Amino acid sequence: MQNIIDQAGLRDDRWQLLRVEPGETLPEIAEDQDVIVPVTHWLADHARLGARQGRTAVWLAADGDPAVLQSTFNLLPLIAIDFPSFTDGRGYSSARLLRERYSYAGELRAIGDVWHDHLQALWLVGFDSFEIKSGKPLPQDIQAARPFSEHYQASFRQPWPLFRRCINHG
Amino acid sequence: MYQYNEIDQRIVDERVAQFRDQTERFLTGGLSEDEFRPLRLMNGLYIQRHAPMLRVAIPYGMLAARQLRKLAEIARRFDRGYGHFTTRQNMQFNWVQLPQVPDILAELATVQMHAIQTSGNCVRNTTTDAFAGVAADEIVDPRPWCEIIRQWSTLHPEFAFLPRKFKIAVSGSIDDRAATLVHDIGLTACLGATGEVGFQVAIGGGLGRTPIVGDVIKPFLPARHLLTYLDAVLRIYNRFGRRDNKYKARIKILVKAMTPEGFAAKVEDEWLHLQDGPATLSDEHVRHYADFFTEPDYPAPDSGDFAARRADDLAFDRWVERNTRPQRQTGFRSVILSLKKTGVPPGDITAEQMEAVADWAERFAFGEVRIAHEQNLILPDISERDLHTLWQLARAQGFATPNIGLLTDIICCPGGDFCSLANAKSIPVAEAIQRRFDDLDYLYDLGSIQLNMSGCMNACGHHHIGNIGILGVDKNGEEWYQILLGGSQGNQAAIGKVIGPSFARESIPDVIEKILQVFVERRLPDEAFLEAVQRLGAEPFKERVYAKHH
Repeated sequence: MQNIIDQAGLRDDRWQLLRVEPGETLPEIAEDQDVIVPVTHWLADHARLGARQGRTAVWLAADGDPAVLQSTFNLLPLIAIDFPSFTDGRGYSSARLLRERYSYAGELRAIGDVWHDHLQALWLVGFDSFEIKSGKPLPQDIQAARPFSEHYQASFRQPWPLFRRCINHG
Repeated sequence: MYQYNEIDQRIVDERVAQFRDQTERFLTGGLSEDEFRPLRLMNGLYIQRHAPMLRVAIPYGMLAARQLRKLAEIARRFDRGYGHFTTRQNMQFNWVQLPQVPDILAELATVQMHAIQTSGNCVRNTTTDAFAGVAADEIVDPRPWCEIIRQWSTLHPEFAFLPRKFKIAVSGSIDDRAATLVHDIGLTACLGATGEVGFQVAIGGGLGRTPIVGDVIKPFLPARHLLTYLDAVLRIYNRFGRRDNKYKARIKILVKAMTPEGFAAKVEDEWLHLQDGPATLSDEHVRHYADFFTEPDYPAPDSGDFAARRADDLAFDRWVERNTRPQRQTGFRSVILSLKKTGVPPGDITAEQMEAVADWAERFAFGEVRIAHEQNLILPDISERDLHTLWQLARAQGFATPNIGLLTDIICCPGGDFCSLANAKSIPVAEAIQRRFDDLDYLYDLGSIQLNMSGCMNACGHHHIGNIGILGVDKNGEEWYQILLGGSQGNQAAIGKVIGPSFARESIPDVIEKILQVFVERRLPDEAFLEAVQRLGAEPFKERVYAKHH
């Protein structure tokens, strides 16, 4: 994939994203290729996919239920969540569920209509890598895309809401 | 009132910088119209018929005098010398220029104000009772809770892109003056068996295309759980609310589809995971916020010649009766400054008027002003001794029309004169009604009547909950008006019903007059208009209004 940014900076990586509809079959995958497959294909065939030499990850559609991945978490080095439009905010909740409810510790990648105005909020809810939509300016590192130095709410990155950190106990 | 600390200020300043950057990128082609639209809406900026409109948040309707002066300054420098108060305790500027909006936001930030989430598909400004802290029937002061909700909702990373807008109202009194039952979430603060503060949670109320009164899904939520419970509700809505059709995207549609019981159960399941988590409020946290809203140091009550003035001067007496409310603090009253003077669009206020009100707030009270969702201004804490002086000042500024709660105290959206969503104008209709019913004796005889008017079904003028509602509709490119009867806000909130085919604009005053004739002929002693409509049903009103001429 191209235009990937994470804490190490901006790069291209070896993952190949396969955007395949649920009913369609996967294209042929080279044995050593790292691929990101749809959830339905993963659930149907994770034994075969996981036994390949290349790594296999899944991507979750905006309306996907992260709970279905729980039983195979330890096989998944990466989960991607799709944002068909940046105004579709379901993926923010999915990310928090994966991180906070189901304790998923692998890489969590935001894909789709993702650009730097949204990186900070995505980071807060648990994403740690981002595929920047083509044509959008590429931030050189995640730190550069942080308009806010503080947040009121509890989040994956800061489990304590501001009032618990600020109001003096005692 | 609440004062920003260094972090609150920094967050608002950073939001200004972020929006300045986004605006510049839009103006230089770095963001497309489709990309910029949701971003600017989340900062209250609409592109309207004539110019962009900027909606400024007035959190839970409280303003300090210096904030009101800043709004006056903005009205002069960046607009045409006036602003408009909305039914959600916000102020709108209708004539701003897009490149100047970041500068306006920077000005607002200097007085701890902002336009964050005054539009867009996110959690909007939390609204409450305009008489909070002074109302005689108050059980719990809702303002600390509103501030807690304001902070929780401000730039919430999980809930910036909900299926649709989301409105929360909080009431803490016996009479609900915050229209909680027509909000996405309506919170009513109450006391549990052991004196513990909690909230009754109503969900899925709202007006707009699908008007509906909310359902109580939790009769008593201990207050310490407020934020974790809100997180649970919003998460269920964010994940499962419809996104395929914006007209079906409000939470009320989801609640209907799941049934209130089904929705409540889903929220409970989600909440089980969040309950008692880090966002749980301790007594100490709550006290921290409550300390910003403690009672000011009231001087000893001194009524001066108040009683004698009332006895001598009928006009003053009427104004006191209609436009002031007793407070729980003896000897002090809340003055309602009417923004419903005939000939002025309801809710509009000039820069000069804003400055005058700011002066009065400091001269006569503790420097605070409230915005009522009925689009009037409230000056709390006025000593009875000062009422006559204030009345004279208010008269000179056009604020003293003694019509609060009467037929001409019309709630009205800006309508087709300004709003690009509107199907019809609303301001000229409101004015025509005010001109027809200008006889105060007649208005007083009619008693309390809430007339609400919207220029389209988005219902910013809350027409469904007016005792008489007027809705502008488009019929083949012409402006027509439907009449609704029987709506009400408050504890017994009810959605008015359309009485029949719509009317041409010029006939609306006649139609209202016929409705009032039926009321006057058939009312029981001391019966209010709404009670008469409830008792009689719509039929006698319809018969008169739609009678064929012989």
